[in-house]
Amino acid sequence: MKIKISTKPIYYSSLIVLLLLGLTIHTTIVLPQRDHLTPQIIKGKMVWEEHNCIGCHTLLGEGAYFAPELSNVYERRGGSQGGIYFIKAWLKAMPTNIPGRRQMPQFNLTEDELNALIAFLKWTSEINTFSWPPSEKG
Amino acid sequence: MLYPSQAVAKPYFITAIALFAVQVLFGLIIGIQYVMINIPFITFATAKLIHTNLLIIWLLFGFMGAAYYIIPEESEQELYNSKLAVLLFWVFLALTIITTLGYLLLPYATFAKITGNQFFPTMGREYLEQPTIIKLGLFAVLCGFSYNIAMTILHGRKTMINLLLLVGIVGSTIVFVFAFYNPSNLVLAKYYRWWLLHFWLEGTWELIMEAILAYIIFKITGDRAIVEKWLYIIVAVTLTTSVLGIGHHYYWIGVPEYWQWVGTIFSVFELLPFFFMVLFVFNVVNCTKCQYSNNAVKLWALSTPIMAFLGAGVLGFLHTLAPVNYYSHGTQITSAHAHLAFYSTYVMIVLTMVSYAMPILRDHKVINHGISQKLEILAFWLMTVSMSLMALFIAIAGIMQIYVQRATEIALPFIEIQNSMVVMFWLREIGGVVFFIGVIIYITNFFMVKKKYGTR
Ligand code: HEM
Ligand SMILES: [Fe+2]
Repeated sequence: MKIKISTKPIYYSSLIVLLLLGLTIHTTIVLPQRDHLTPQIIKGKMVWEEHNCIGCHTLLGEGAYFAPELSNVYERRGGSQGGIYFIKAWLKAMPTNIPGRRQMPQFNLTEDELNALIAFLKWTSEINTFSWPPSEKG
Repeated sequence: MLYPSQAVAKPYFITAIALFAVQVLFGLIIGIQYVMINIPFITFATAKLIHTNLLIIWLLFGFMGAAYYIIPEESEQELYNSKLAVLLFWVFLALTIITTLGYLLLPYATFAKITGNQFFPTMGREYLEQPTIIKLGLFAVLCGFSYNIAMTILHGRKTMINLLLLVGIVGSTIVFVFAFYNPSNLVLAKYYRWWLLHFWLEGTWELIMEAILAYIIFKITGDRAIVEKWLYIIVAVTLTTSVLGIGHHYYWIGVPEYWQWVGTIFSVFELLPFFFMVLFVFNVVNCTKCQYSNNAVKLWALSTPIMAFLGAGVLGFLHTLAPVNYYSHGTQITSAHAHLAFYSTYVMIVLTMVSYAMPILRDHKVINHGISQKLEILAFWLMTVSMSLMALFIAIAGIMQIYVQRATEIALPFIEIQNSMVVMFWLREIGGVVFFIGVIIYITNFFMVKKKYGTR
């Protein structure tokens, strides 16, 4: 059986795909201009990924919702004054073994990996997210 | 069964259902960890990984089974290469088992090391946690599957249903390439991760779902012309709204501000295809006239669009506007939507298909035997009601979370807020137990009761 196929939707969809491609090209071009990545930050991202931190935490709101948002943890814990030391001490102190409290594993990161991870979290805290998250608690 | 090669669908369906049960079991484990009970041997992250990864995997098994069943019939043609379909089944199953065991038995970082993640880092991103070589294997399976389906259709009759299924399958395979793209700029990495996730869930998978639904409705009513007319409208609306709807994932990840406008304007209309699906089934299926006797299938097929409209459409709409998403992003609200949307759209369509095809694959002459129909309908209600309630409890938790963590001057720390929502998490876990009971009844019915009473 024959059905009459109007080409209008195909035309609109093509327009929309073109618009998506245009915006994507623009986004892909402007982003690296403001990112200033260093080898240490890139390594930090890999440390983050290889320990599956998003299995519990969110980063810029994406991940699991079991543990706190970490895109702003560097600032939340005092930035260059405290953030570095806090994050290091925190990772080394896990797990807390406090009964009835959610536990985070001990990852046994080397000093190098810790510094890279902190550089990555610092870099992440500087991303322009239009003041998201709404509160410093994430 | 009209074509013997349709039988390759059977192992796919059985595996899908078995993995479904395992997936839900791991859901119960993380649900328990949410109510502050630490259990030994398994961390939250590991169990969550298995819960979400198995979901994607078993739905793919279900889609593959559905395609291998539908395509020969629609193309009036034996499957191009049924040996390949069987081979791919074993490869896919092996990949699934190896990956799951790897997650369970090894620390994630060790799994990453021994699979060479440092040479081609793609791991550690939500839903894309599989080792790079496993992703390659998965890609190979998808390619072989697409090839087999494409060749069958090429040699056979072309209908709107099988062509749409083909577009959905080939599209999913192409989009999967983005699993391998993980730029070192976190913002870009997030940007392109959604090209896979959004374009699967709200794009190519949605097309597959629409094709399966259309096929089932056609089987119930026997009227192809009217099904195709509706299908055409639904697909057109899906494509025009979903593509730029991707912007609803780009509000707060560090990309330019115009995405807030693009995402908001287009994704608002993403509810329309689901609305049309509801109109479609209720206009087309007139059950006082239809001859079809499998009541369970009718129930699944008519409920899927309604539930998808609620879970994907309405719950999606509620947090898709940028100003709302500013508060809801990254809270339990997202989880509530993800649960109901996945269940209502994809779990339900696969179960509809299984419900329709399995009795035929097993050669049952009579498919509406009393006991087995009653049990399946009971399982349907247990699962559907408990999942809706679970989504409700999680959404309430989300609203509480937004209120104390984000909408007040002096916000409490994350963990304290989570403790205060523990009642909701308990209710959710109870919902999960009821859901699991539904799954068990469904499986018992399929593998025991239907076998015994299927043929009169
Ligand atoms: C077709 C079925 C759909 C499925 C299976 C689905 C599933 C999902 C999943 C898995 C996520 C991510 C959850 C996470 O990261 O933990 C998500 C996020 C989202 N979905 Fe859907 N979805 C569907 C349809 C829709 C529709 C139609 C809309 C809008 C009208 C929508 C709006 C959203 C939004 C705004 C987010 C981002 C939430 C956030 O992180 O702030 N979804 N969805
Ligand atoms: Fe989306």
